[in-house]
Amino acid sequence: MGKFTPIIQVIPRVLPKVRDVTKHSMTRLSEKTLEQTGIFSRFLMDVADVSLFIGRLVREMFSGHFEWREFFQQCFQIGSKSLALISITGAIMGLVLTIQSRPVLVDFGAVSMLPGMVAVSLIREMGPVITALICAGKVGSGMGAELGSMKVTEQIEAMEVSSTNPMRFLVVTRFLAATLMIPLLVLYADLMGILGSWAGANIKGDVTFSLFFSQAFSSIAFIDFLPAVVKTFFFGAVIGLVGTYKGYNAGRGTESVGKAANSAVVLASLLVIVTDMIAVQITDMLMS
Amino acid sequence: MSTIQAEKIADPWPIINRSNEPVIEIMNLKKSFDMEPVLVDVSINLYNGENLVILGKSGSGKSVLIKCIVRLLNPDGGTIHVFGEEVGQLGNAGLSELRKKIGFLFQSGALYDSMTVRQNLEFPLRRIKKGLTEKEISEKVIEVLENVGLADALNKMPSQLSGGMRKRISLARTVVVDPMIMLYDEPTTGLDPVTSDEISELINDVQQKYKTSSIIITHDIECARATADRIIMLKDGEVYTEGTIEDFEKSTDPLIKSFFK
Repeated sequence: MGKFTPIIQVIPRVLPKVRDVTKHSMTRLSEKTLEQTGIFSRFLMDVADVSLFIGRLVREMFSGHFEWREFFQQCFQIGSKSLALISITGAIMGLVLTIQSRPVLVDFGAVSMLPGMVAVSLIREMGPVITALICAGKVGSGMGAELGSMKVTEQIEAMEVSSTNPMRFLVVTRFLAATLMIPLLVLYADLMGILGSWAGANIKGDVTFSLFFSQAFSSIAFIDFLPAVVKTFFFGAVIGLVGTYKGYNAGRGTESVGKAANSAVVLASLLVIVTDMIAVQITDMLMS
Repeated sequence: MSTIQAEKIADPWPIINRSNEPVIEIMNLKKSFDMEPVLVDVSINLYNGENLVILGKSGSGKSVLIKCIVRLLNPDGGTIHVFGEEVGQLGNAGLSELRKKIGFLFQSGALYDSMTVRQNLEFPLRRIKKGLTEKEISEKVIEVLENVGLADALNKMPSQLSGGMRKRISLARTVVVDPMIMLYDEPTTGLDPVTSDEISELINDVQQKYKTSSIIITHDIECARATADRIIMLKDGEVYTEGTIEDFEKSTDPLIKSFFK
């Protein structure tokens, strides 16, 4: 017994420390677990929320009564208010692409391929993606902020008590207007890009408008054009969906309006890139 | 649970004939947010032609109560009957029909920012009073704007209006569809005393002209004095007491006195 005495004496002193350390570790472990569970459950709730929102959107889209007047107004808003920005961006896109590519093509003696190269790269990739990213910033954030502020100032509730379905009036119209108008804006940006490219080609060279355009369009096949146009409808749908979802589900405080607009831009831009990647893979699979 | 006992008021409602059928009948209403009870067990009737003021401190569940009536919020328990129909049992079409009979004045006014005053007033009119000609719509809009004294604001945007003007326009938008019941959510909040008095007068004018029954949610005693036929006080999500304005003013109850000092 005697030789165990020191150990027995130490136990009461050590035991509380061991207990504290264990308790602390367990607490941290449980906090971390709870935190991770919280993040995961929040993610699942977000997914469920988005799914319900899409379900309701689709149901309201085919529910019969359609708000044509609001739809055309939104088409006009999205189209006309983005036109100046898209014109400048499209033209600069074509101009820069031409100025950067020309010296390389001159070195290889292939300067005659410049219009075709610019047209294909603009129509296939640069036009759709850059226009969609600009629209994600302009249209997506606009929808998020507008619907968010309507939510905060009880305008959506006021609409509801006026026997108007806000989902049908505000969300369906904006979603469809974005889905329809963004492809048109992309086509317009492509055209402006080719015009910019022609201007760029004339800075250091001399090429007529008709020659440049005939060379540009003779290089574009239907297979270049179709997948690019199809994917822009998805870009528009993504931008419309994210913008309306973020705005419609904004919180109650005024700061939630800013949050809704900001997160609409970030998420819509990200989803445009992801959608583009998927579209390119599908096109590649179908073409090969 | 309250430690202050509400005193019994003998004849809480001598002015209006109690034999009237209630237009709104709320029974044992319960509503919680995140397990936090807001309405515990509320039973209230609104009778035909009466102005019922619901008083209470912020957070006592007043606004939640009237939002449950038009089902902007779904209650957790209890029933609400409006004109004999149970609101919770109505489908979309039924709810839409019911909402056409109820005007709701929001605390913030809730005017549509992107529309002019004229468009704000035309919006519910075109949707609820279908079949009106353009001329009739225009006449109705001008008539209600004249009633609130703002006929010259017809083509202004809401951002060009003062707080009081926004409330008046919002009231005009609510009455333009001839509702049978009016629900006012803090109609005088954020307004100066003179404008508050004008809004209170307008509430009385609306009651007389359109023969509405109204629930007025407020913590503004002057508004309650000017408009109430009967007052119900809420505390911690329960009906604390009810009576006329005179009963409340004579009361020795500390909570009531704190409102009426």
